[in-house]
Amino acid sequence: MWTWFYKLASPPYVYGAAAALVPWFLGAAALALGVGLIDGLAFAPPDYQQGDAFRMIYVHVPSAILSLTVYTLMAVASAVALIWRIKVGHAVAAAAAPIGASFTVLALVTGSLWGRPMWGTYWAWDPRLTSELILLFLYVGVMSLRSAFEDPGRGDRAAALLATVGVVNVPIVHFSVVWWNSLHQGATIVKLGAPSMAGSMLWPLLSMWLGFMLFFAAVLCIRLQGEVLDRERQSAWVREAVKS
Amino acid sequence: MMSGSFWSMGFWSMGGYARYVWPCFACGLAVLAWNLWSARRFRVAARLRARRAATMAAGEQS
Repeated sequence: MWTWFYKLASPPYVYGAAAALVPWFLGAAALALGVGLIDGLAFAPPDYQQGDAFRMIYVHVPSAILSLTVYTLMAVASAVALIWRIKVGHAVAAAAAPIGASFTVLALVTGSLWGRPMWGTYWAWDPRLTSELILLFLYVGVMSLRSAFEDPGRGDRAAALLATVGVVNVPIVHFSVVWWNSLHQGATIVKLGAPSMAGSMLWPLLSMWLGFMLFFAAVLCIRLQGEVLDRERQSAWVREAVKS
Repeated sequence: MMSGSFWSMGFWSMGGYARYVWPCFACGLAVLAWNLWSARRFRVAARLRARRAATMAAGEQS
């Protein structure tokens, strides 16, 4: 088990594994997204209160969950890099940040589009919306901090520190609807107990969620290859790898 | 099941919420497409930088 763990710290191994995994992740993501999209748009019944507007859930919820998952992954990778001085950890965090930021923007935009017909406004300074906006600022902060230093090592360490400290916002986003009065509805899927949703609406959502996760994994692998190449440019194995 | 078949107006009007539902899915598609495009572009650029560094290192050795 430990041998496998140590292998993960080896840049050539990570580069090769990422290259091999991309087509599998992309293929599985396309399948899951296709099934979820068709099922969610054409076969799921309209909600008894929200009508067909509820279908926005199939983009909004996976992107919102992904925004939190990616930040948590980025924080764990950053903490691993800081504690054990594993360079691949910084590469994973750097690769994950722009993807996580884009899904946070998507969650905010689709939430606004959903809020207009349901709440009568595109935006409210609601605890869930505000904490999600802070999450976006954290992503932007981490990316900016990394590129603000001339020495890439210092940039990595500063960004890793902010990413690790900023993870405190993740439970705040998730539990904001429980801790404070919120316009936003409570947890439907990620909660203790069974999901409070009909199966015909839930299955397309799970399929879209899986599709978004697999898509993230594919894009992370592609970006990680680039990060590893940039960081190991002077290594003999990179010279060999880019020869062909 | 959705009110109206795929080709009928019922499907495309989304029960009167079309102006919110379709832009939401379009934004989702745009973000997925941007992620894939930008990640591939980043990898290609990194490969070029690494190749350039390898060429320079080979030049210094000779």
